Amino acid sequence: MTARVVLPGLLRDLAEGAAELPVELSADAPLAEVLDRAFEPWPILASRVRDERGQIRRHVNVFVDGEDAKRADGVQTRVSPTSTVHVINAVSGG
Amino acid sequence: MGDTAERTAGETIIGIGTRKGLWLARSTDRRTWTVEGPHFLMSEVLSLLFDTRRDTPRLLVGFRSSHWGPSLQHSDDFGATWVEHPEGSIRFPEDTDTALKATWQLVADPHDPDVVWAGTEPQGLWRSADGGETFELNRGLWEHPHRPEWGEGFGGGAIHTVLPSPASPDHMLVAMSTGGVYNTRDGGQSWTPGNTGIHAYFQPHDEWPEFGQCVHKVVRDSATATRLYAQNHRGVYRSDDDGVTWTSIEAGLPTNFGMTALAHPTQGDTVWLVPIASDGERIPPAAELQVQRSDDAGAHWRTQHEGLPSPSYTNVLRDAAGLDTHDDPGLYLGTRNGEVYASLDGGESFDRVVEQLPDVLCVRAVTLR
Repeated sequence: MTARVVLPGLLRDLAEGAAELPVELSADAPLAEVLDRAFEPWPILASRVRDERGQIRRHVNVFVDGEDAKRADGVQTRVSPTSTVHVINAVSGG
Repeated sequence: MGDTAERTAGETIIGIGTRKGLWLARSTDRRTWTVEGPHFLMSEVLSLLFDTRRDTPRLLVGFRSSHWGPSLQHSDDFGATWVEHPEGSIRFPEDTDTALKATWQLVADPHDPDVVWAGTEPQGLWRSADGGETFELNRGLWEHPHRPEWGEGFGGGAIHTVLPSPASPDHMLVAMSTGGVYNTRDGGQSWTPGNTGIHAYFQPHDEWPEFGQCVHKVVRDSATATRLYAQNHRGVYRSDDDGVTWTSIEAGLPTNFGMTALAHPTQGDTVWLVPIASDGERIPPAAELQVQRSDDAGAHWRTQHEGLPSPSYTNVLRDAAGLDTHDDPGLYLGTRNGEVYASLDGGESFDRVVEQLPDVLCVRAVTLR
């Protein structure tokens, strides 16, 4: 089964234009592992989404099947083999 | 904009780091400017370094996106192409459980042409031995027992000033607000506060503490390596012992508040400040944007304002002033309302280079050989 990590338009250049990245999963996995695997070929993309401690950046939101991971279990939020993970720049800034 | 072949000897480039990107102003006569950019649109460009020690000059840029975090990139063709290290040039080691917020300062080492220093938020000092591609955290300062008591100014807690000594590779000064000045005499293994004589009025229990001062910027005299000038949050000081003790030189200034300072690159005892009315009124004194210049190490000051706007309610931030490397150095000021002014006569008169940019955070300039 394949979970999907959907990228915002602003980050797609860092993944050679890909709009989404597939991650093969045989069972539920923590979000951190899914993002690690999705971004493994593109470390600069990974650094845009999470800091060097592995935390999701303050003004980046990650939704797992529509649920905000920061309001769930953060990077430990469970991702199923059929999940869709959306990475979205938060509605903030000036 | 093209490759390195398009570099022109004698060309001057001003790097203008703003709250929403980097612009480069280029000129062969320093009077007519072509403005290129933006690079890194929507990122705060906090630090710039034109590294001319290399065969091919390198521009290093420290910036942060409010969404995507900090980054440090370099260009060896003045912005035609940029290089970002895939693992991040500055990355806090895992055992620190810390994430980089921003790079506030990039400085070329005066002794080793491959060494670049960086000052970051949170308060880290970093050394690169490969021209700024990767950096290593200075553990001596990071593990200093005072660290838990260092504070954060409005911009955040950062090493905003890094001054390696041209006299010795073992000597260096760093400054932060709040925290103040720290010195090393053993190549960065140990650090000692150097704030004696700097007033900290905002600490009513002890207005003359060992550390905790709000030092805004420190610059080094070009003729006397042990002479330094400091613009503080209220107070202007000089040190004649390489940053250990300080004496007030604010007599004669319209105000003792400001963010930035510049030392003349070749003429000793010559320093410029850009005064701000007060910490509670962050506009120019008498609403007249101006520079204060001293030619005698702060004993006397005079106002320079020809060509600067009046009335004006903008000001110049900590790193938004710079000098080029021309034999007759040009002086550049960037304002919070997105203008850059140039002076080719040591501040006696200014001409506007550009307007309508975002607020200027950082200005550095180079004249190519």
